[in-house]
Amino acid sequence: MSNQNGRFGIHGGQYIPETLMNAVIELEEAYNHYKNDPEFNKELETLFNEYAGRPSRLYYAEKMTKDLGGAKIYLKREDLNHTGAHKINNVLGQALLAKKMGKTRLIAETGAGQHGVATATAAALMGMECVVFMGEEDTRRQALNVYKMKLLGAEVVPVTTGTATLKDAVSEAMREWTSRISDTHYCLGSVMGPHPFPTIVRDFQAVISKEIKEQILKKEGRLPDVVMACVGGGSNAIGTFYNFIEDKEVQLIGCEAAGRGVDTFETAATIATGKLGIFHGMKSYFCQDEYGQIAPVYSISAGLDYPGIGPEHAYLNDIGRTQYVPVTDDEAVNAFEYLSRTEGIIPAIESSHALAHAMKIAPSMDKDKIIVITISGRGDKDCAAIARYRGENINE
Amino acid sequence: MSNIGKAFENKKAFIAFITCGDPDLETTVEVVKEAVKNGADLIELGIPFSDPTAEGPTIQGANLRALTGGVTTDKIFDMVKELRKDVSVPMVFMTYANVVFSYGAERFIKTCSEIGIDGIILPDLPYEEKEEFHPVCAKYGVDLISLIAPTSENRIARIAKDAEGFIYVVSSLGVTGTRSEIKTDLESIVKAIRENTDVPCAIGFGISRPEQAKKMADISDGAIVGSAIIKIIEKYGKDSPKYVGEYVKSMKDAIA
Repeated sequence: MSNQNGRFGIHGGQYIPETLMNAVIELEEAYNHYKNDPEFNKELETLFNEYAGRPSRLYYAEKMTKDLGGAKIYLKREDLNHTGAHKINNVLGQALLAKKMGKTRLIAETGAGQHGVATATAAALMGMECVVFMGEEDTRRQALNVYKMKLLGAEVVPVTTGTATLKDAVSEAMREWTSRISDTHYCLGSVMGPHPFPTIVRDFQAVISKEIKEQILKKEGRLPDVVMACVGGGSNAIGTFYNFIEDKEVQLIGCEAAGRGVDTFETAATIATGKLGIFHGMKSYFCQDEYGQIAPVYSISAGLDYPGIGPEHAYLNDIGRTQYVPVTDDEAVNAFEYLSRTEGIIPAIESSHALAHAMKIAPSMDKDKIIVITISGRGDKDCAAIARYRGENINE
Repeated sequence: MSNIGKAFENKKAFIAFITCGDPDLETTVEVVKEAVKNGADLIELGIPFSDPTAEGPTIQGANLRALTGGVTTDKIFDMVKELRKDVSVPMVFMTYANVVFSYGAERFIKTCSEIGIDGIILPDLPYEEKEEFHPVCAKYGVDLISLIAPTSENRIARIAKDAEGFIYVVSSLGVTGTRSEIKTDLESIVKAIRENTDVPCAIGFGISRPEQAKKMADISDGAIVGSAIIKIIEKYGKDSPKYVGEYVKSMKDAIA
């Protein structure tokens, strides 16, 4: 979808310090070479299948379907991947690419910790050094993931600047990259940042929609009516949408984190409340004030707690191909509990945003309609926070 | 030659960076006046940004203090208007692309030309994205300052050929902040620049001591100092103007 300069319509681009320009150019050249290299693709496929456990299941949620009484609901189980989320798809791709480029050190930002854990995992597997930047606030919200990263041999750097969440972790990882480029690859975790990251990450995540398409055709003999996923930066969503973009009859819905509501300041719903801007290397939509200062966004979900959205999503929104809807903390927590009770699947609080919206639209849809929801990750990491949200204190 | 060229006429330039509104705009005005009185040839005025990704902890702190104090782009424009009554040396803005973009490029840059701002430095606007603002800058005669980094290598010629005002040579990898030692082969970078342009080049990032400034100015056309000045302002707050003045004098004397 992107043109040569990494633009998706007016979005995207490379708004980064001169110090990093040759690094992203080198990355783009390497990627353009390896993406067509049969040996690279074979190695990656083996890692996907043998290590990450792909293809992930497309599960017919029969009880949920019957309970809601409308459209037939399928869950794309990215939560069953190794490390428990879709993040591993992108990380295995980038780590392999970095290794081919001769890099020996991976750095990454993380919000909920899933991308950090995935990066630490790939680094351990491939014998690379790993440093993960994580907002201090998030290190508290996701203490278990911090432990896992350390266990996997990574160094975790708590970021105390700004709101001490995902955006600050991205800023700090970018700062680190400018200070050490020759041996270091910045393993960006979402379809954001400067070109070529939004394209590279999307390509590695596109395996999700490639599989959904094959699996649903096999099970139902037709394409789904609605495909949906949660959106922060938007990597699991773009992976879920990508191979359906040309199938105009398939409705694509991205679910943003509205936090305490889009009419409050405590929200992270970028399409609903943001405006066009330039930040973190890209032109896209961002939550910001009238002077362009980036807003201190909020969501119960550390993984969606980001003031921007990937440039390809911004473009899909502009052309009306994809619809973006806000989902509040409360709705997401209800969906988190609902899926656990109904299907015996504990979803990540991020993915619960998509589930919540499905719960709103499914009942009024005909029974012969099909919805596919990507469960981007598992919810173990969220149990303590959801318990707290419900006023219960559990010792993790 | 743009007004900026005057800072480099027949001398090595000392360039001072100051974050507007740290700790308040009244202090910024006095700090600028003291810096100019004590020999600063060009003033870089930082418009604070919430997430300054090219800055180290010192200037990040200044941005935060200024924003917490309620500084806005409009208030800074008003401050510059006042400042221009007393200060005639070239002045440029240093900020991030979103500050200009969100204000409206045309509106921002037109205002710059009206209030006497001679150029803009945007660390997150590399050569490839210049077109975002350059046509408007050209229309209003405001120089869009180019940066060249230790990693620029094969890009130096292209950037230098299109440069205007002055070239900001980034001394080291990483973000802004004082450094005990600068190891980059800056002579080679400056040589490559001079093969492609007559636009003056000044070195910044990591310079804090007079002997460092002298070394950098000997290699190039001037030295840029930011974090070291911000540290003085952080320490003395409203009382900082005279201390910044003394510091600027020591730096200017070293390179003159």
